[in-house]
Amino acid sequence: MADNGYVLLRHREIPDLDSLEVYRKHGGFQALEKAVTRMKPAEVTEVVKASGLRGRGGAGFPTGLKWAFMDNQIWPHYVVANADESEPGTFKDREIMEGNPYQFLEGVAICAYAVQAHLAYVYLRGEFWQIAERLDSHLAAMEAAGLLGERLFGSDYSLRIRTHLGAGAYICGEETAMLESLEGKLGQPRLRPPFPATFGLYGKPTVVNNVETLTNVPRIIEFGADWYRSMGTEKSPGPKIFSLSGCVNKPGNYELPLGTTFRHLIFECGGGVPEGNSVKAIMSAGASSSLIVANDQALDTPMDYESVPNVGGQLGSASVIVIDSSVSIPWLINKTVHFFRHESCGKCTPCREGTFWMGHLTQRILDGTAKPEDVDLLYDVGGQMRGKCLCALGEFSIEAPRSSIERFRSEFDLAPSQPKTAVDQG
Amino acid sequence: MLERKYLAEKYPQEIQNILDKYPAEQRRSAVMPLLYLAQRDKMYINREDLQEIGDILGITLTEVASLVGFYTLYYDQPKGVYHIQVCTDLPCALRGADRFLAELCDRLGIQPGETTPDGLVTIEPVMCLAACDKAPMFQLQSGAGLTYYENQTVENALSLIEQLRKDASGRRVSARERGRDGNG
Ligand SMILES: Cc1cc2nc3c(=O)[nH]c(=O)nc-3n(C[C@H](O)[C@H](O)[C@H](O)COP(=O)(O)O)c2cc1C
Ligand code: SF4
Ligand code: FES
Repeated sequence: MADNGYVLLRHREIPDLDSLEVYRKHGGFQALEKAVTRMKPAEVTEVVKASGLRGRGGAGFPTGLKWAFMDNQIWPHYVVANADESEPGTFKDREIMEGNPYQFLEGVAICAYAVQAHLAYVYLRGEFWQIAERLDSHLAAMEAAGLLGERLFGSDYSLRIRTHLGAGAYICGEETAMLESLEGKLGQPRLRPPFPATFGLYGKPTVVNNVETLTNVPRIIEFGADWYRSMGTEKSPGPKIFSLSGCVNKPGNYELPLGTTFRHLIFECGGGVPEGNSVKAIMSAGASSSLIVANDQALDTPMDYESVPNVGGQLGSASVIVIDSSVSIPWLINKTVHFFRHESCGKCTPCREGTFWMGHLTQRILDGTAKPEDVDLLYDVGGQMRGKCLCALGEFSIEAPRSSIERFRSEFDLAPSQPKTAVDQG
Repeated sequence: MLERKYLAEKYPQEIQNILDKYPAEQRRSAVMPLLYLAQRDKMYINREDLQEIGDILGITLTEVASLVGFYTLYYDQPKGVYHIQVCTDLPCALRGADRFLAELCDRLGIQPGETTPDGLVTIEPVMCLAACDKAPMFQLQSGAGLTYYENQTVENALSLIEQLRKDASGRRVSARERGRDGNG
């Protein structure tokens, strides 16, 4: 069975796991060899399906099902690993790629074999320049060791993996915008359908999976679906990396089974909030979250795809931002709205105009120049955007403002320009 | 019009390596790495670069230029030789990033978004850089790439800038000694 407690962040227990030699000493690339030499591509997909693995990029879509959707009438197939990691509060893929890069790359290779792609890309946000350089040298080491290239393990399967750097645009994390960007175009989302499984990179069937999703795959192939299902919950199996940030004493990445409670993450792992403060709200999907009121019921809620909506939130990429009693909600909303206004790609009017007007209103509220009806106006602008945006960015942008007006209304009616955060008061 | 070959002559191997990453009939995919290459020695991309990249890939100057406008890590104007990009997004701001940026700018006597009078560094606030547990933090962008600096203090940042200043004046001297221009 697995040689340690971690499934993903194994570098925390095994020193130098970012060296190919060390990774292989710990069983690395046995799963790829097993898949390529002893399993049919469809069998690999079946195991991943049976494991219940769900996409870790935010939407929680079943990974095996996604691979099975690939159109076998159209060739070639491609795989693109989503290493854009730009959601505020998310910093897990980066740790994987820095600490345990070969397990991720092995996952890319197994996925590529399962869908019979011979070329895969890792699309990294432009800021991950150093990570891309290191991945390039890891890929070279794999080629030199015969783990990439022609005729892998004596089979007739060949594969190449390449990195591609973005250049600073959150929207390129959205899978169709990412494909446009990789094709050398503006990173703007495509109309769907068609979906990438039929019309993806260069118009060919393409799997897009998140880095963390793919990093699970070698372990699943090695130890099987039942082993994987022994972690997490029935509908959300397996481990998850929770990126914990904001008002906590020990921010960082925590690998825990899906279904762990917020209370455990924030207090046991994160050491609670700074002395004298209490938890006021939780954003569990980064800036794209609604604000969950941090009462006992919320704190005792299991963090999985099914349970978080019960307390008015989303699990998303599990970027848990903790908001304590020192933080002003209007200040916070101005931050998130400003983010989306900056990152809106401008392709569709509801999002381009809506984020602009929300930004205008939140700034006025913060500056104390708002009229009393501006809070309702802000709420309405968000309501008018709902369901009308071309991609999820526009829909995400209204989560925090609308939920906070619903749940923390009194803070908007207080005198403006109150303390921002404990730290910023100086 | 004579085709310009500045990048082709300066970086023949780099260009070939970039083109080799993509299927032969999909050259356009190489546009982003080529833009980084054009930006390498002067931290911005000029019209001639855009034209040359367009010529290499068989697309128009306008198409190449639109990418420079869309992506934030490309520049079409000369600014500082280095860009210090401080993350002031929500998680970092909850850990003092706004104050860090303000103090750093104060100590340098500039406003966020401005460049130091010697043209060395531009300081800018940016969105989340996936280092939210290590605030205050910033990235240093130069033509040669990007480096993260995490768990920073204003003093750290100032001494980094001091070091960059020394390196830059060292480079100017040695360039003069070799009897030619500095970079770019
Ligand atoms: C605005 C926006 C930003 C996104 N950013 C990311 C990202 O940075 N990383 C990621 O893996 N998925 C991101 N996604 C989700 C992707 O579109 C896609 O669903 C995901 O990469 C699929 O992989 P998975 O099934 O393994 O989760 C984003 C989606 C949207 C709408
Ligand atoms: S919703 Fe926003 S980000 Fe998405 S396509 Fe429309 S303008 Fe672009
Ligand atoms: S919010 Fe600053 S790095 Fe994420």
